[in-house]
Amino acid sequence: MNIALSEFAPLSTEIFVLTMACIILIIDVFVSDERRIISYVLSLATLLAAALISWNMLDNETAVVLNGTFVSDPMAALLKTSIFLITFGVFMYSRAYLVTRGIFRGEYYVLGLFAVLGMMVLVSAHNLLTIYLGLELLSLSLYALVAFNRDSAQASEAAMKYFVLGALASGMLLYGISMLYGATGSLDIAEITAALSASDEMGMIHIFALCFIVVGLAFKFGAVPFHMWVPDVYHGAPTPVTLFIGSAPKIAAFAMALRLLEQTLGGLAADWQDMLTILAVLSLAIGNVIAIAQTNIKRMLAYSTISHVGFLILGLIAANAEGYSAAMFYAITYALTATGGFGMIILLSRSGFEADQLDDFKGLNERSPWFALMMLILMFSMAGVPPTVGFYAKLSVLQAIIHVDMVWLAVVAVFFSIIGAFYYIRVVKLMYFDEPETEEPLHVSTDLQIVMSLNSLAVLGLGVFPGALLAVCAAVLVA
Amino acid sequence: MDFERFIFYFFAAVLVFAAVRVITVRNPVHAVLHLVLAFFTCAGLWLMLEAEFLAITLVLVYVGAVMVLFLFVVMMLDINVSPLREGFIKYLPVGLSVAALIVIEMFLVVRARNFGTDAVAIPARHGADYSNTRELGSVLYTDYVYPFEIAAVILLVAMIAAIALTMRRRPETKYQNPVDQVAVKSNDRVRLVKMKAEERQ
Repeated sequence: MNIALSEFAPLSTEIFVLTMACIILIIDVFVSDERRIISYVLSLATLLAAALISWNMLDNETAVVLNGTFVSDPMAALLKTSIFLITFGVFMYSRAYLVTRGIFRGEYYVLGLFAVLGMMVLVSAHNLLTIYLGLELLSLSLYALVAFNRDSAQASEAAMKYFVLGALASGMLLYGISMLYGATGSLDIAEITAALSASDEMGMIHIFALCFIVVGLAFKFGAVPFHMWVPDVYHGAPTPVTLFIGSAPKIAAFAMALRLLEQTLGGLAADWQDMLTILAVLSLAIGNVIAIAQTNIKRMLAYSTISHVGFLILGLIAANAEGYSAAMFYAITYALTATGGFGMIILLSRSGFEADQLDDFKGLNERSPWFALMMLILMFSMAGVPPTVGFYAKLSVLQAIIHVDMVWLAVVAVFFSIIGAFYYIRVVKLMYFDEPETEEPLHVSTDLQIVMSLNSLAVLGLGVFPGALLAVCAAVLVA
Repeated sequence: MDFERFIFYFFAAVLVFAAVRVITVRNPVHAVLHLVLAFFTCAGLWLMLEAEFLAITLVLVYVGAVMVLFLFVVMMLDINVSPLREGFIKYLPVGLSVAALIVIEMFLVVRARNFGTDAVAIPARHGADYSNTRELGSVLYTDYVYPFEIAAVILLVAMIAAIALTMRRRPETKYQNPVDQVAVKSNDRVRLVKMKAEERQ
């Protein structure tokens, strides 16, 4: 078989990012520590250019190339663009933190770019082998990033936990995939779907495979009861890495769920809907209730992530275009909001001091009214208060779930998000109504100020005008 | 029972035995050696499946290189195993019940009714001129070029991660600088000092 060169055209974004990551890796070796900023600027430029390339592919026709291992469709283009933009923000947030802690090294950005590449592979995978490899590329980069600050025992412990549990989850997923391969004789998504619809009754092998695949997915999402790693890893990892893990990979996990559940195992929708319902209800309950007891804001946001994942899964449970587009909107906007939330910890931290306790937010309004307002917007968005984007994300998911006559699930979701609102609003209360514990003035570098303000205003702006993004999310799924 | 079937059951029995020993022996070095045995028998089974390239790669790469390195690591690290075994009895009931559950599930699923010869066609036997290596080579860079490239990137990431996590600059270590060694002059090597002869006592 000869491969026409034109088959590589849909992969242009992947090839670009990979090439740039390798170039930055080589340049970084020759750059002295004082001029490390070159690697940083090049990484940012790469992400921006890649975002432009993939945005231009939004209107392209769906193309499955390279013997069915790669698919380029509008959904992939949209998700990749949002992954690039969010990682762009993550990199900008992280510079100041890494510099003040003396770990401003090129590897952070190179490994970050490789993780982005893994997400891209996941997003446009059309073969179970590609899905697995993309997942491993993403996870491996993340494990290394968590252990990145090697002098911190806490980070090493978090990396170890993440690695061992992640390997276990990959094994689960792989076992499910192997069962599916045994039952259908193929790894190609289209061929598996064809084989599944050809067999008139769903055998036990298919359900068995589905169980393992759902477990693997739930682990990567951090859904209860596969959530135990989330708080420890979020807490132990250096804050810029937590920021990265908590944001963009959620979009990739959503894409993976859609490719596996909807596109591959769509015929088993009735079965995985039940499994996901359990995951969603448990995630909403445990995430929101345990978050209240946290005094460390990184752990609190970790449990908040778990509860948001529950919401995201609700959209998948609807199992129709409306639900998927709502879940996609939720994934993208949550990643944006989470970036801001963790970014605020970086913004308040300074050399030798980590602002990861709730008390560190006390009286932020007196120290800096502008950033207190930014944090207010982010917290309101996570709680789902209009006119922030979190409100529309929750609303569209709830609408989708009500339209498939699962009103009780919507009631459960609303009930737990009201409980969840407590700990978000507690942060607001600490910022506005408590006395500051420290007189230390805030020193915030310019790039951090810009990205923080842009991030929060984007959360607000998307909340006031959600129509455009909602329409794009709906359009890419229909196409 | 024909000879081929006998070989299969022989290898399978040795494989299961070796795998169980890997996790039950107390001495880590013995565990590694049992893992080597497991790999060998596995390679034997793969040979019977006409996957001779993979079988030989398993022996060459895993047994020849990876496990030997692993053995060095195990011998060099002085790990006290007894604290690792403390929780063994405590978690045994949970572990056993989970294992039993999975065995039952697997028995229900992976049995002859689902994967037997009447459910799945027997793969055709290849002639003597069939080369598994050539077959692999013909699809690796064509049909599977994309997964192959990603696998390459994963290895690159593993390398970057390993170097980033372990390489430290130690200014206190003494090392040789070849440039200085080459540029050395005879004056640098020996310093002749004129001393007055001491008087005999």
